[in-house]
Amino acid sequence: MNWSRTLTVARTDVRQLVLAKDFWMPMGILGSIFFVVVPLILLLSITSLGDVAAVQNIADTLDLLPQQAQEQIRGDTPQGRTSYALAVFLFAPMAVVVPLTISTAVGAASLVGERERGTGEFLAHSPAGTKEIYLGKLLASLLPGYFTTMVGFTAYSLIVNLIVGPEVGGWFFPTTQWWLLMLWVLPGFLLIGLSLVLRLSGRVRSTAAAQQASGLITLPLIAVSYAQASGAIYGTPTTTIVIGAIAWSIGVASTWRGMSAVKRQRLLGVADGV
Amino acid sequence: MVTSLPNSPVESAVSLRGVAKSFNGVVALDDLEVIAPDGRITVLLGPNGAGKTTAIRIVTGAMSPDGGTVRTLGLDPATDGEEVRRACGVVSAKPALYDRLSGTDNLRYAAELHGVDERIIDARIHAAAGRFGISHALDAQVGGFSTGMKTRLALARSVLHEPRLLLFDEPTSGLDPESAQAVLQLIREMTDDGHTVVMCTHHLVEAEGLADHVVVLDAGTDLVSGRPEDLIRRYWPEDRVDVATEGGAPLDDLAVIAGVRRTEPLTAGVRVVLEDPSVTPDVVEALVRAGHRVTRIVPHEPTLEELYFAVRRSSRDLGESLPEEVGR
Repeated sequence: MNWSRTLTVARTDVRQLVLAKDFWMPMGILGSIFFVVVPLILLLSITSLGDVAAVQNIADTLDLLPQQAQEQIRGDTPQGRTSYALAVFLFAPMAVVVPLTISTAVGAASLVGERERGTGEFLAHSPAGTKEIYLGKLLASLLPGYFTTMVGFTAYSLIVNLIVGPEVGGWFFPTTQWWLLMLWVLPGFLLIGLSLVLRLSGRVRSTAAAQQASGLITLPLIAVSYAQASGAIYGTPTTTIVIGAIAWSIGVASTWRGMSAVKRQRLLGVADGV
Repeated sequence: MVTSLPNSPVESAVSLRGVAKSFNGVVALDDLEVIAPDGRITVLLGPNGAGKTTAIRIVTGAMSPDGGTVRTLGLDPATDGEEVRRACGVVSAKPALYDRLSGTDNLRYAAELHGVDERIIDARIHAAAGRFGISHALDAQVGGFSTGMKTRLALARSVLHEPRLLLFDEPTSGLDPESAQAVLQLIREMTDDGHTVVMCTHHLVEAEGLADHVVVLDAGTDLVSGRPEDLIRRYWPEDRVDVATEGGAPLDDLAVIAGVRRTEPLTAGVRVVLEDPSVTPDVVEALVRAGHRVTRIVPHEPTLEELYFAVRRSSRDLGESLPEEVGR
């Protein structure tokens, strides 16, 4: 295993993505919608509405949250408590959906794309090992989604602190749970998703087929991630760490198995069934 | 010459013996024998579907054979694949370049994958680009390159890591005659540097004058192989001269000259098959004596194209005769 070659594959793939405006512009727009536009509208609306019945109703529903989560909520007014709860709890799953969507799109095209463009021939004749190629592609698929999410997360943190902060007595975001979610749980789920998508990408005949099939895999995974991300935020830090550890374990096992998905013959497009 | 392999001489740079390969029941290679001598240009000649590309892929270990023995630079690609591929430079039928990247980035990618020392990568890139005449385009995106430029870039990429063995699969595919000629000239220069080249083509004219060693393939098997001059001598053991005279008068009477075996009509003139080249002056003398004004008399050197078709014809004849032999 030559890590230098793995990084070379990853770096070259990322470079190609950076040069592809048709890729990163939609990616930026998607991140902006989830991390900036929607939170901005929602939080601004709530904080500027004042003590109206609608806000009071939402504030009342906060009693349905787990005790652990209720204890975390800060703020003395209904709009303060409501906007805090929305900022901390509602948007957590988005942090998982955005990178999974972006990374899946990249990963689905990665191996089958080499074959379609004919560059698989170059890789097949190169000294790079199939495991190195697989891991390089996995890294190159993971980074754009994770990077977009981290940029979006930074913007989101700023928005939350600027809008909700004054209502609850100062800047409070990211909370410990959010740090754990972003730095520990999220990469684990990304790893699970991408290891599966890359295996598909190594086996199917076209990028279109890879994207169709990866949708089937990632939709349930997004649903699970959505639930787990919520759990991670509502629960204690220990719960979050355990959820992350489970995700990482599954992700690593799946990646290990996935490394056998890359075959030189498949890169050439002549393996059985390809 | 830098290489990861020991510089000890090997009998042949490439040796495929009894190699077989099928795809979903379709036979691509069947008992293929290819020997590529070290430091020479070996040309695999054959029509589309003859198995040339599959053979190249098996040489680097990009593809595994179903049977047979493969040795590349003395190593088995199945077990020493990384070492084999580090010592090989490949140009495939399609240049296999990354269109979004610049020329430099494409070359750098290959250099890094082949483990070229970071400190000398830039120098290697500029040297290779200069050699293949693409220095001016290194910073441009490859997607905007012409086919000829892409081929030159692919050639430059194949030599960056100074491989011992160069494998070119239809390297002039899609090129105009001028660019094709330039590419062939560059390939010739590579063997002058001590590289071993294995090149696939179905353009017989390209192989002419370039091939030191020829392997004619058809339907996944080798029909014949050897040095072009040896093969030509095998298929045309007799000497021939092409004769033309003013007015194109019939020259049938030449057959009666001692040392002339027979004559074969040509579009303009006649081909005289001789027992020995020393008979040529007798032929000229007889023509003059008979009142012919000779406008042309040249020894006939069969081309690779003629050889190729002779081999194919002979193979077909053999194939047709086989059932009869079996039936007897």
